[in-house]
Formats: sequence, C-alpha cells, structure tokens
Amino acid sequence: MKNIKFNYLRASLLFALMLIINTGCERDLSDEATDATFSKTAEIFTDTPIAMGTDFYFPYGGSKPNAWSIDNQVKYKGTASMRFDVPNANDPEGNYAGAIFRVDGAGRNLTDYDALTFWIKASQGVVISELGFGEDFNTYSGNKYIATLNNTSVGTNWQKVIIPIPDASKLLQERGMFRYAAGTQGTGGMGYTFWIDELKFEKLGNIKFLDAKILNGQNIIVDGVLNSTHIINQLSITSNLANGQNISVNVAPSYFTFFRSDSNLPIANQVVKDFAINELGQLYTEVVGLTGSSVITAKLGNTLALGSLKINAVGSFVNAPTPTTNPANVISIYSDTYNTISGFNPGTFAGPNTGNISTQTIGGNQHIKYQSIDYIGMGWAGTVNVSSKTMIHLHVKLIGASSSNLKVELIDFGPDGIDNGFGAGGGTAGGNNISSQLVQDQWVSINIPLNQFTLSTGGGGAGNPNKNNLGYVVFVSSNGASFLVDNIYFY
Amino acid sequence: MILQNKIKYILLISIFYLINACSSDEKQTVTTMNTLVMQEEFSTNGLVNPNLWTYEIGLGPDPNNPWGNNELQYYTNRPENVVVENGMLKITARKEPYMGKSYTSARITTKGKFEQKYGRIEARIKLPWGKGLWPAFWMLGADSDTAIWPACGEIDIMEYLGHQPTKVFGTVHGPGYFGGNAISKTYELKNNRFDNDFHIFGIEWGENYINYYVDGDLYNQITPANVTGQWVFNKPFYIILNMAVGGNFPGSPNTETVFPQQMLVDYIRVYQ
Repeated sequence: MKNIKFNYLRASLLFALMLIINTGCERDLSDEATDATFSKTAEIFTDTPIAMGTDFYFPYGGSKPNAWSIDNQVKYKGTASMRFDVPNANDPEGNYAGAIFRVDGAGRNLTDYDALTFWIKASQGVVISELGFGEDFNTYSGNKYIATLNNTSVGTNWQKVIIPIPDASKLLQERGMFRYAAGTQGTGGMGYTFWIDELKFEKLGNIKFLDAKILNGQNIIVDGVLNSTHIINQLSITSNLANGQNISVNVAPSYFTFFRSDSNLPIANQVVKDFAINELGQLYTEVVGLTGSSVITAKLGNTLALGSLKINAVGSFVNAPTPTTNPANVISIYSDTYNTISGFNPGTFAGPNTGNISTQTIGGNQHIKYQSIDYIGMGWAGTVNVSSKTMIHLHVKLIGASSSNLKVELIDFGPDGIDNGFGAGGGTAGGNNISSQLVQDQWVSINIPLNQFTLSTGGGGAGNPNKNNLGYVVFVSSNGASFLVDNIYFY
Repeated sequence: MILQNKIKYILLISIFYLINACSSDEKQTVTTMNTLVMQEEFSTNGLVNPNLWTYEIGLGPDPNNPWGNNELQYYTNRPENVVVENGMLKITARKEPYMGKSYTSARITTKGKFEQKYGRIEARIKLPWGKGLWPAFWMLGADSDTAIWPACGEIDIMEYLGHQPTKVFGTVHGPGYFGGNAISKTYELKNNRFDNDFHIFGIEWGENYINYYVDGDLYNQITPANVTGQWVFNKPFYIILNMAVGGNFPGSPNTETVFPQQMLVDYIRVYQ
C-alpha cells in the first residue's frame, strides 16, 4: 500500500516536472523543429568568429591578403573586434583590402532576419566602398544574393551600420555572411584602419521598404539589332531606417523576378530571349526578332520595381568584316580578331558636346558606338611604338548624316611617354580627314599611311607626329558625326 | 510520512513554479477609468461632425510666425486635407502652392464644443513618415483665450516627428516649463514603427497627475512634483488633432520626404 502511494506521488512529481518542461515559455519549439533545415545562427563575429568554421576568409584578387585580423585592444562590446588594415595604394602585396567571409560548411537560413548590422569606426574619416553580404565566389549558385551598401561614410567614433536584406525569404542556405572592399581613393593613396564589431543578422522590425529599382529607376528605350545583348543592371532597393535615413542597397538580379512583354507571343514573333546571367552576375537578354518590341520589367516580391527597358527590334546587323592581315604584322589597338591593347578605353577624354560613347556586342563581336561627337580620344595603358609600321587600319560605319565630317588624329607623347603637351613635353600630333571615304550605314575599310597625318590638330599639334610613343587615337568632327568603329590596328 | 510530505512539498513548489513560469505575461495596470463619456468613431463619411469639431484654417494668429513655430503649411478644410472616410479621419499633408505657402494640411479642435476635466483620453492613430512631418494629438486649456499660452497649459498626448518613425513624445507645457523646457518623455517601439500600423495613444488624467500610455504600456506619470512651475491641469481642456509641416521642432521636409502623407485616426474615446 505504501509503495503504491509512493509510486503515485513520484508519478505526480514526474508529471509536474514534465508539465514545467513542456509548458514553460518554449512555445517556439515545434516551429523550430519543423523548419530549421539550416542553421539560423545570427552572429558572424562578436569577440571571435561565430560558427564560421576554420577556413572562411577569402580575399579578393589583387587585395592585400592579410588585411584582416582580430584586435584584442579595440572593441565596441566584449573583448575584441575585427581589424581591417587598408594598405597604401603602392603596397606591393595588394593596393586595397577586400574579402568575403564564407561559412566553412553548410549555409545559414537567414529568413528570420531583416538586416545585417554591425558597429564600425576608422582611424580617420573615410568612405568604405563596399560593405555587404551574399557572395561566396560561386558565380552561378553562390553569388546569387549579393547585396551591397556602397560608399559608407565612417568616422572615428563607433557607429551602427544597418544593411537591409532585400528579401530574406530567398536566403534559405546562405554561405556569404559578409563582404567588404576598401581602398585609398579618398585618402590620397594613404592606408588606414577600420574596425568592425558585433557583426550579425538581426530582426529589427523597424525598416520600411520604400521601393525597388532596375536601371536606376529609369524607363529606357533602345534600338535592338538582331543578336545584340542588353544588360539590365543598376538594381537596388531603398528602405527607410528607424533613424529616418533612407538607405539604398545594390542587389543581385536573383532577388527580382523579371518579365518581358513578348513572352506570350508565338515563338516566331518573340523579340528577345529568356533572361540569363553573365559571368559578372549581370542579367541580360538577347534580341532574336527582326521587328516588334519587348518591355522588360521586374518585381521584388509583389512590388513592381521602378524602371524598365523597352527594346525595339530594328532588324539584322552586319558586323565589320573580319580583318585578314597576318597577325604577326599587326599592332592592334582594338579588335576581336587581334588582341586589343591593354587598358584600352574608347573615351579616355571627350569634348564637351560629345553625346554618347558605348560598346555593343552583336553575335559575339564587339564594336564601339560614338554618337554626336565633337572630339573623343581613345587611350590605353602606357604608349605604343608603331615606328616599324606604315599604315593604320579602321573599320568605320557612318550612322549619322551623310554630310558628316570626320578627322582621325594620332597623338605621340614623346620620349618621356607622358601626356604633357607639345613643345617641351616632346609630344607631337597630326590628323587625316577621312570624311570623303565614309558611306552612310555601311562598313568601310579605311587604310591611312602613317606619313599622311599631315593636318594640324585641335589640340595644337603641327602634323606629322612621331610614332615611337603613341598614346591616343582621336576622332574629331566639326558637325557632330555619329559612327561605329572596329578593328583599329597598325600594320 | 515524512518522505511523502517532502514529496508533496516539492510537488507544490513545482506547481507554484508552473503557474509563475510565464511571469513576463503579467499585466501592468495601465488604465482604471472605464465609463465612456465621449466617443468619436468617425463613422459618417464627409465633413467632420460640426457639433464636435471646428476647422482651424490658415496660419494662426500671427501669419509671420505660423502657429508660433514657423510652420510651413496652410491649414484648410478642403477634403484634400481633411475628410472622414471608411470609418476614419484622414488628415493629409500635401506639397502644393496654396495661399502663398508650399504645403497644405489640416487642424481640427473641439474648443467650445467638447471640453473635459480629467478622464482617460485616447485615440487610435496610424502615423505618416518623412522628414518635416509633425502630427499631434493634444489638448489646450479651455481658458486659452484669456490665459495666454503657456499659462493655459498644454497636454501633448502624442507628438511624432516623421524622421523618427519609432518614437512618440508625451509632454506637458505650462508656465515656467514650455518649449524646450517642457516636461516630456519619449516612448520608443522596439521592433516596429508607428507608420506601419495603428497604435493607441492615451492619457489617464486626474487631480494632480497625468499618466501616459501607448497601447498596453504605461510609460510616464507627470505630477506637480515634476513640473518647474504652477500645475495648470486641474481644469477643463479641449482636444486638437493636426499635422504640421516643417517648423522649429521637426525642421523642413527634405528631398526624400514623400507627399502626400496621411495621419489616420480610427477613433477618439474619452472615459471617466
């Protein structure tokens, strides 16, 4: 009898304890148990890296690899912070600091959070180029959800940075916990230090989503020739923070759903292809129709993004002919057939009335498009010695008025190899007028003997330039010529 | 027996612990006055109820210093600025040239129509957002025509600045404590914003005390001991609802301020 009663009491006691365990404040237990497929750990660094594994720091190519360390002297909270030593611009080990922090193991489920937050301060007032998350160096699957805060102003006192998550429902298995890039553009090339502490994801609940943008919110209309590619970039979201500040985060295409207005047409009538992502992580499409138009828009969740791209198909495009000069005899400036010169820039300088300078890639072949120029200079890294050559070749297609005037100029920097003017600087320059050779809407192959650059130049060159230290090829138009250029080389 | 008693005792403690396990749910006594004496539910579409409200139009007594705060708006009674619709009062601030000003908005008062000494006075309001917006739910002493402010007393049940979307202010102004020296306390939402949803802003006011609450949180009590001058709150006051644009307190709107902006009032209820 006694035993039975004792057992009964013991059972009651156990039952009460079970009740305590099961009816305490653990209401979330069942929810957690069902969806926690991946870790929901919020912290990335408090006083040490949290749940990041051992191999998690991956510097960008060209950056100083050991820029990051743990500082046990400086901290916002606790005992340590992360220290980033941005090198001087002439540091041989790397001229900037930048890296990703990637979980060494399975990704985390960040769907419960609405922001990446941290405290930051610097050794002097600086602007940090990029702070964000979502990058794991795997272009097609891992970098899908990059989100970056650009140009954050950081002072010498601790301040909290809040980077809103564009759409946390997408972040089911994210390995890219943090990314940064910081250079010395704003400090005259001199290095500095900044510190970050209490780096974590948070559910703030007080971030107000304002808008999403593609193409920086602009409605753009372009002509699209057959097989031309069109990139839909400048994607961002803007939110209002609790401190009243509006903050914009630049984001990867995968946060959005993109639409094209021609997708319901019969295949034969469609204007552009389905969207794809290039190796830079940019979303693009390609024109496949000869006529018609397609309007490209996007949604973030259920919100229509500001901005659109209307592509009007304008028919097929003929690329410039492929040059046949023996590559062994060629010094190329710009061509898909030969190696384009290092550091080539189609608009190193441009006159105040120059319209637009762009490049177009059609069927894998790129050319330069100049619209309404007064003058433009194409430049490259250093100078090039063409003294062994006798001719320059260019393919030019006039797309403006048939009466357009166009002069080609060559500028040689002189023995010092520096763009420091004529006379004492040693520079020489001369021009050749090619207007009479141009044919409207047709590629023409223009070959100019290098001893025919006899005209004086707009910049003050007297004609007949030297050829040992060539620094620019210049186009000058007195009446706003528009034209395409390809295959510029010396032979 | 002894062992059994001990076990019973542990069992009792366990049960006691069980009852108290979720003590964070304990209820704070926020309000005690529950007899409804006035109820404005804004249930009739169109103009505000003329038996209760008066529109205050224009720039106030001194057009060179609108409403005493260098405010930027012109108050109107147009439906574009103030209307009852879908069960709520909508006060809308707009950016538009009007009567020499660049913004319009509205301000309504119960002066001379409903004046109340003591009671629980609350409203359910959804607030706007953006720099330069300054909505308020507040009261002035019914003798404000003769006892010139701040002598008449002012009870700000809720003031809010659009660039601080998580904060509201509860304040009293009186002789010797007004403007920057008013007696004030800030209430901050931890994981939300006042422009996301409706919230209840109220006071429970009796002889020599005013208790301030937001939703279920009592966050301040002001008594004669807290003020640095005469206590002027043992007399009737009238109610004001308005949304100012710009002025000394919020500063001017900036390029990021989105117009129009609305203050939505679901109801005002007064209890004793």
